[in-house]
Amino acid sequence: MKSLSETVVAAPAAPLRRGRKIPSFNALIGGTLIALLILLALMGTVWTPYDPLKLDLMHRFNPPSWAHWLGTDEFGRDVLSRIIIGAKTSMWISLLTVTFAITAGTLIGLVAGYMRGWTDRLLMMVNDAMLAFPGILLALGLLAIVGASQYGIVLALGIAYTPAVVRVVRSTVLSLREREFIEASRVIGNSELYTMLKHIAPNCVTPLIVLATSMFGWAILSESALSFLGLGVPPPAATWGNMLASSRPYLATATWLGFFPGLFIALALIGINLFGDALRDRLDPRMSQ
Amino acid sequence: MFRLIVQRMAMAIPTLLLISIAVFALIRLIPGDPALLMLGDMADPASLAQLRESLGLDQPIFSQYLIWLKAILSGDFGNSITSHQPVLHLVLDRFSVSAVIVLCAVFLAAIIAVPMGMLAAWKQNSAMDLGLVTSATLLLSIPSFWMGLLLLYAFGLKLGWLPVVGYVPFGEDFWKALTYVILPIATLVLHETGVLARMSRASTIEVLRLEYITHARAKGLNERAVLWRHAFRNSFAPTLTLIGLILGNLLGGIAVIETVFTIPGIGRLMVESIYARDYPVLQCCLLLITFVYVLVNLLVDLLYPLFDPRVKA
Repeated sequence: MKSLSETVVAAPAAPLRRGRKIPSFNALIGGTLIALLILLALMGTVWTPYDPLKLDLMHRFNPPSWAHWLGTDEFGRDVLSRIIIGAKTSMWISLLTVTFAITAGTLIGLVAGYMRGWTDRLLMMVNDAMLAFPGILLALGLLAIVGASQYGIVLALGIAYTPAVVRVVRSTVLSLREREFIEASRVIGNSELYTMLKHIAPNCVTPLIVLATSMFGWAILSESALSFLGLGVPPPAATWGNMLASSRPYLATATWLGFFPGLFIALALIGINLFGDALRDRLDPRMSQ
Repeated sequence: MFRLIVQRMAMAIPTLLLISIAVFALIRLIPGDPALLMLGDMADPASLAQLRESLGLDQPIFSQYLIWLKAILSGDFGNSITSHQPVLHLVLDRFSVSAVIVLCAVFLAAIIAVPMGMLAAWKQNSAMDLGLVTSATLLLSIPSFWMGLLLLYAFGLKLGWLPVVGYVPFGEDFWKALTYVILPIATLVLHETGVLARMSRASTIEVLRLEYITHARAKGLNERAVLWRHAFRNSFAPTLTLIGLILGNLLGGIAVIETVFTIPGIGRLMVESIYARDYPVLQCCLLLITFVYVLVNLLVDLLYPLFDPRVKA
């Protein structure tokens, strides 16, 4: 049975709009591409056509063929196998980055928006200073401290994306905290922490879903860009970004080395952008065009 | 207008101070002796002791910040650990290379994207709209470094129309320099056109729904006048904000394009300084780019009333 507080202050959480049954064209294409990407990443955890790290100097620079669908690289490694492993790495890094940013940003945003006063001013001062840096620049600065590695990227990108989450959560909290159902929760004696977690946090979910989807795309792109610059996951581990970087000297002679990793990054981003658009149209009607 | 300028500039000062604190803190967060980080592992003990004293490392952290702030306000960012050149000179030199590319790219992208977005909005839900929106989404989804490699392959290697690697300063040979920056600029234009066209379309659709547009049409104005004289100014304001953000983000992320086309800009310098742990250079790059980012956004704020009269000057 529901407690009195839960019955009285049932928060008017932003529900999903259930009117439209047919998914949009964007959602369909975007969802399919994301599903394929997830499938590719999951496949990478259990199986790849060849060992992605195994050198085979007898079969260097083999163009795409039946034996190697996407060809082989300068060390004879199978490009398709490396792309599959790259999908797994990219997805894992992006997932961790988004989780980090959403968790840290939600906590800070909730505290700042709900506590107000000096706590809010101090937190927002630091947050605004971080927002004044272009995202990738802040990540580059942080990478200088934490060092280039898989978890270094997660930390650098996670910290760089956190301020955007803080802003979204704080503004949602500010618009909610004066509403009657929050007042009612306080009046019946619920603690500040309970009110914050039980009644305010769930209302931040909708804008956060939209933001997290876009952020996932940013993370994939930034991870690839940082790996391309040699500041990401170090070789011989395969990521789409470092495959693209190592393909540069062979652009004229082995075009497939640069073409396929880039194509996969582009397909992932197209999928996420289309799906993100569809999601925003559905969850945030004000943005719907 | 004067009041707005003073007001906005006053608002930018605390932001700039906060940025300086963040950059100062960033280097202090690295474990180890800051003097050793600034001079490198090969530094002799006498130089280290001298730098420790000038940085005020024996003093409280706030005093250290003030000493550092005073030095950078007088243009003293120290010397590069790797090249031993004065940092500010080195960074400004490389910044000018990147600035030309970024400014040209954003200007061209805006010229192409704004009419494209307005056209799509005007013909909303038509085949043309679908085509333009799809192209814009594709363009913004293709990573700029991949697009750069594809353009390099097509126009540099296959067709041989443009040079593949290298850079010539504009002061040395203007026309030759132009051939080296065409591809990087084209890459950025293609990418940013996608971003700006979508914003221009969205804001124009919003404006075209307003009553004053219906009123303008009811007066018998032709569609061109409605679109350019009435809708354009209001719908351009959000795009202008985005242009400001893009300028800063491009400067921050230009390293990938400079790596593809081997251009010696500030992005490459920053990445090289991270590899070489050349912290004075990195600190100066971070400060300069963020400073420019804040200034550009300040300028956008000041230009806003020109396009959206509801924001009073």
